[in-house]
Amino acid sequence: MLQVDHLAKTYGEGKSAVEAIGDLSFEVGEGEFLCVVGPSGCGKTTLLKCMAGLLPPSGGEVRLHDQPVDGPPETMALVFQEYSRSLFPWMSVRQNVAFPLKRKRLPKAELGTRVERAVDSVDLTGFLDRYPWELSGGMQQRVAIARALAYQPEILLMDEPFASVDAQTRADLEDLILEVRREYGVTVVFVTHDIDESVYLSDRIVVLTPSPTRVQEVLEVGLPSPRDQVQTKEQPEFARLRAHVYRSIKRRRGAAEPELDATRGDTTAAAPS
Amino acid sequence: MSGVAATARRPRVPDAALPWLSVAVVLALFELLPRIGVINDRYFPPVSDTLTTLADEVQTSPYWQAIGDTLEGWALGLAIAAGLAIPLGIVIGSFPLLYRASRVLIEFLRPIPSVALIPLAILIYGTGLQSKVFLAAFASFWQLFVQVLYGVQDVDPVATDTARSFGYSRVQRLWRVTLPSAVPYIATGLRIASAVSLILCITAELIIGSAGLGRSINLARSGGDVELMYALILTTGLLGLALNSIFVWAEKRVLHWHPSQRGER
Amino acid sequence: MSARTKRVLGVVLELSVPILVLVAWGVWSAGSTTYYYPPLTDILETFRDTWVFERVGSDVVPSLLRMGAGYAIAVLAGVAVGLLLGLSRRSRRAAAPIIEFLRAIPPPALLPFAILVIGVGTSMKVFIIAFVCVWPILLNTLDGVGGVDPTLRDTTRVYGISKRDRVLRVMLPAAGPQIFAGMRTSLSLALILMVISEMVASTNGIGYFVLQSQRSFDIPEMWSGILLIGIIGYFLNAVFLLVERRVLRWHRGSRASALG
Repeated sequence: MLQVDHLAKTYGEGKSAVEAIGDLSFEVGEGEFLCVVGPSGCGKTTLLKCMAGLLPPSGGEVRLHDQPVDGPPETMALVFQEYSRSLFPWMSVRQNVAFPLKRKRLPKAELGTRVERAVDSVDLTGFLDRYPWELSGGMQQRVAIARALAYQPEILLMDEPFASVDAQTRADLEDLILEVRREYGVTVVFVTHDIDESVYLSDRIVVLTPSPTRVQEVLEVGLPSPRDQVQTKEQPEFARLRAHVYRSIKRRRGAAEPELDATRGDTTAAAPS
Repeated sequence: MSGVAATARRPRVPDAALPWLSVAVVLALFELLPRIGVINDRYFPPVSDTLTTLADEVQTSPYWQAIGDTLEGWALGLAIAAGLAIPLGIVIGSFPLLYRASRVLIEFLRPIPSVALIPLAILIYGTGLQSKVFLAAFASFWQLFVQVLYGVQDVDPVATDTARSFGYSRVQRLWRVTLPSAVPYIATGLRIASAVSLILCITAELIIGSAGLGRSINLARSGGDVELMYALILTTGLLGLALNSIFVWAEKRVLHWHPSQRGER
Repeated sequence: MSARTKRVLGVVLELSVPILVLVAWGVWSAGSTTYYYPPLTDILETFRDTWVFERVGSDVVPSLLRMGAGYAIAVLAGVAVGLLLGLSRRSRRAAAPIIEFLRAIPPPALLPFAILVIGVGTSMKVFIIAFVCVWPILLNTLDGVGGVDPTLRDTTRVYGISKRDRVLRVMLPAAGPQIFAGMRTSLSLALILMVISEMVASTNGIGYFVLQSQRSFDIPEMWSGILLIGIIGYFLNAVFLLVERRVLRWHRGSRASALG
């Protein structure tokens, strides 16, 4: 559904040029939950911005339904890491969630129902008329998610959305996003630096190299659904996957990789690192 | 889909040239339109006429005399204001009780526009330099005083506490911690006070008739010498810009160490 | 002294000092024979006779109307032009030198120009007030628009917010705090210019009254006029703060939670 095709992005020119993204290619299938993990500073946010059409690539392209993305597509929504700066402080929760929907020209009743349903999905029904500054960090991020959901996008991009909240809240939000994804059937591309989170949430993981960024590898995550914070994380497969991802990130770019049979889970083949 | 494709565009005027271009356009308009008669050239003489008049004036001594008179009032007004506002601001700002005692008074006196005192000034000081200085000093005092007050009160309490824990006396704390951190406010206050002093001087010259640019402008108008009037108005604008630039430059030099000057926010 | 004592003392001082000052002024001026400083009681009496409500219709109302009209024009023009210019970085750069120049002209220097071109009537005063008051509002609007958080801007782009909504429902509220700061500066400017313009060329109004009183040597009247101007200034400021509080409630709330 979404293709990233030899994407490259360089900031600046000449001597001071910074190559944020070297050469990235991967695909996102319809309905899947894809996590993008990588070391800090590897251009994950840049990648997401290019995918969302907020930044023009220096090379390569991003295609949605085989159409090149040259500006924010109508069927895409984005949830930012800095929730407090992405919500409009002068609007109530209800108004914030309803604001992007004006574009869709819905009849008033339907607009109302969509907003309420979205806010209900994130468990904030009692807070519809509050203002963002009256809410905690986790709640604000939930409003941002509700806003994305009410918009009913085909594909939802999330840029380290839970990085700025505490661990408990993060666990709740992780479960929330899984549930919501089930309920709305939306495709999710989730950028994170948290390895546990990436394994817990995803169907597939794209591991990135340090700058200039390329795809280190792409993994299938064969964990059963629905996921559970305790049970899923107790499974040996979970531990294996997270260890694998960890090593994958830490591995120097270009070093030989061991042949891996992901479903067999066998890493005993000698691997230089 | 929205968005801008990276395709070739029509050649654009470079950003740096934009300001010059707009100024050139405006000047051209005000040169041509009066000449063709679209605008009444008795009210808006062509720019070139005004500029030639200015060039002529610059060579006469009454021109510089007027500037000197205005600056004389400006300097005296500012000096008196600073001499009063800075010590008072520091003292009142440093003692919370003093501040509370004087707060209501300050809030009542501050909004009184000094122009309301023009008749009083005429009454007591007449129509000369003293009136001008009185008004300029009164107005700039309040601007500067408030800034000094904020500056002294806005000191980071962590800094003063640290100084106190090192055994600094009250006076030492004032000198070494409070004042340096209040300096940017004082600098801003001086810049604003300078602008206010200039404005009040010209106002006094205009209304009371004290010697200076304000009076000259009024005389030019009532005498029908419109080009001269504009030339003098232009002069006051340039004078204001020049004074402002001096203060900005001085601020940069004196406060080069301060975050606000280093480009941080 | 203890913190509690300090607090109590503070309140006592805050309340008593102004009263003491008034009383002192009253006492000192009561025995005054100086022409220029009539007894406070005289001034207050004259104030009551003149402004409550004898001359309200003939002087106060026209003054306030002129000021209101000029100020309103300045706010509308300043915000509108500020928002439009704020949309495009290039138009900002192009307009910058013109704005800087016009703004640098000391307002009193413009009076003769205005008298020449417009005359000595109400429109001249309204023009001068509007022309001078527009700059703080315009510049502050520009600043406010330029300071909109980049994440907020990205959000509007991602969700394809319409241009109209972008200007009216995002940029305008975002620049709100800055705009109000500019409006506050302009408010005091409006009062000043109202007084000046009436002193220079008018046949009614508070400024005219004060100057006229001085010329006719009606000193208590002059003082009463000065007092009135001060009171008007104080009240305008107080009302403005109330309105600002209400409109910008969201701003104080979000600032408070960000700091706390």
